[in-house]
Amino acid sequence: MPDVINYWPLLGVGVVVAGFALRRNPVLVVVIAGIVSALAAGMSVADLLALLGRIFVENRMLLLFLLILPVIGLLEHYGLRERARSWIAGFRGLTLTRFQVTYLGLRQLLSMAGLTHVAGHPQTVRPLVAPMSEAAAERSLGGELTDEERAIVRASAAATDNVGLFFGEDVFMAFGAVLLIQGFYARNGIELEPLAISLWALPTAVAAFIIHAIRLRLLQRRLVRDRARADGARDAAH
Amino acid sequence: MLRIEYLYWLVGAFLIACAVLNLRERHYSMAAFWLILAGPFVFGDAILGALKQDQAWPAQAMGVGVIALGLLAARGRLRMTADGPGEQEQRNQSATRLGNRLFGPALAIPALTVALFLGGKILASQGIELLDPKNLTLTALGLASVLALFAAFRVTRAKPLQSIHEGRRLLDSLGWAVLLPMILATLGGVFAATGVGDAIAALTSAVIPIDNRIACLLAFAFGMVFFTVIMGNAFAAFPVMMAGIGLPLLILRHGADPAILGAIGMLTGYCGTLLTPMAANFNIVPAVLLELPDQYGVIRSQIPTALGLMAVNILLMIVLVFR
Repeated sequence: MPDVINYWPLLGVGVVVAGFALRRNPVLVVVIAGIVSALAAGMSVADLLALLGRIFVENRMLLLFLLILPVIGLLEHYGLRERARSWIAGFRGLTLTRFQVTYLGLRQLLSMAGLTHVAGHPQTVRPLVAPMSEAAAERSLGGELTDEERAIVRASAAATDNVGLFFGEDVFMAFGAVLLIQGFYARNGIELEPLAISLWALPTAVAAFIIHAIRLRLLQRRLVRDRARADGARDAAH
Repeated sequence: MLRIEYLYWLVGAFLIACAVLNLRERHYSMAAFWLILAGPFVFGDAILGALKQDQAWPAQAMGVGVIALGLLAARGRLRMTADGPGEQEQRNQSATRLGNRLFGPALAIPALTVALFLGGKILASQGIELLDPKNLTLTALGLASVLALFAAFRVTRAKPLQSIHEGRRLLDSLGWAVLLPMILATLGGVFAATGVGDAIAALTSAVIPIDNRIACLLAFAFGMVFFTVIMGNAFAAFPVMMAGIGLPLLILRHGADPAILGAIGMLTGYCGTLLTPMAANFNIVPAVLLELPDQYGVIRSQIPTALGLMAVNILLMIVLVFR
């Protein structure tokens, strides 16, 4: 760490916070924040442009998922989501909670095995998990979902995917995060085996499953209760 | 060997095709947006290679492109393209006609990713490198998507060009949200290069009572969450909080166990990832993909899990790290 710390680059953080608070376009906010931060650090315009360009290129793997769009788009055009919905609707005894908790557990196990890219929002949540969740919710609630209920169920599908991914991936396997931790310690003279680190992710992984599964149970209960209340209000009005 | 670069070129070709389709319909700013975004995929290796030889202008040109993308994004708006007349009816009919065969290509993506990943690992251990060993999962995913596309052609008997049109429909409706993961990671890199992390770590360690180990631990945990929320990424927060608080105060001064502190500290940062729009690929992109009315719908759905788990993590650290 340098002796004298330059606090001016923190202005970039301020730009981000202000931009999100004012709900301006996030891409523009982020670009401006980067420019502000770099100029505040005393960087020249030429260096700033080269830095932006280089880091942008170095992160292009984040958009490799675009290759999935033509397949998913094509299958959707031929009715994949409709089929996913009617297939799940055929299962007796399947509820929203049971379906999403099963997906949560499956996603955690897959990501524990290092298979983090097997599922995800473009490849599984949009074409399969979201429509299946809606069908399961329609079974649990006994009828078509309102727009509001549909949005809640879909958001819960995406949230379940995230929780399963995040709190499975550091267990057992020496991937990304574990190697980052090990590398940091190694540079600072502390030698650790990757497995010695990753096993300590297990308690949190179990807690994540329990907490989120309980929330999924409460979500279904809330949806059923809200609908009963709405029906009651409608009957009273008649 | 299948280098990941070949798959990047494929992404570039897809983006250019989408740009051309938009150009033909006179959607000029959308066409320009996809065309500029094709840049890092088509020229990525060349740009990084030129930098190694001290040629900065290609990277600088890309930097200008990043700013242009920001300006174009501010003009655009997010919306899903509405279905054409009869589209829903056609989808219902085709779903009935094709039935469970539709699942084949969709499930082929995860199944082939697993198979290629494991196959690549086994072959690599024998010294045969067919898939890029440094980017094995991503290469497997990219190749699996291409193979699944051929399976989809077989099942639906669609013309190949139609997949470009359908892919473009999804890409256009994702709009600028597609760029967020990449642009936010770029910001993280800029913050790291300009010393934002050092400044935050210096500020935090200046205000906490360093002799109290619980206070240090709480500062470390909340710092991980806060910094992850700002950067959108726990990976960026970890080295900063570790260098600022974790290593000098918790491990060296108070004797905390490094393995436990590292593992659970990182996962505490992940709780921040669940809370922030900066982690766009997990929180904002799916909200658009799922056509949620509220851009922050996914985050809202995650808040209680994130806070509950944060409390569990902090308790686990208090109990375990100072044994």
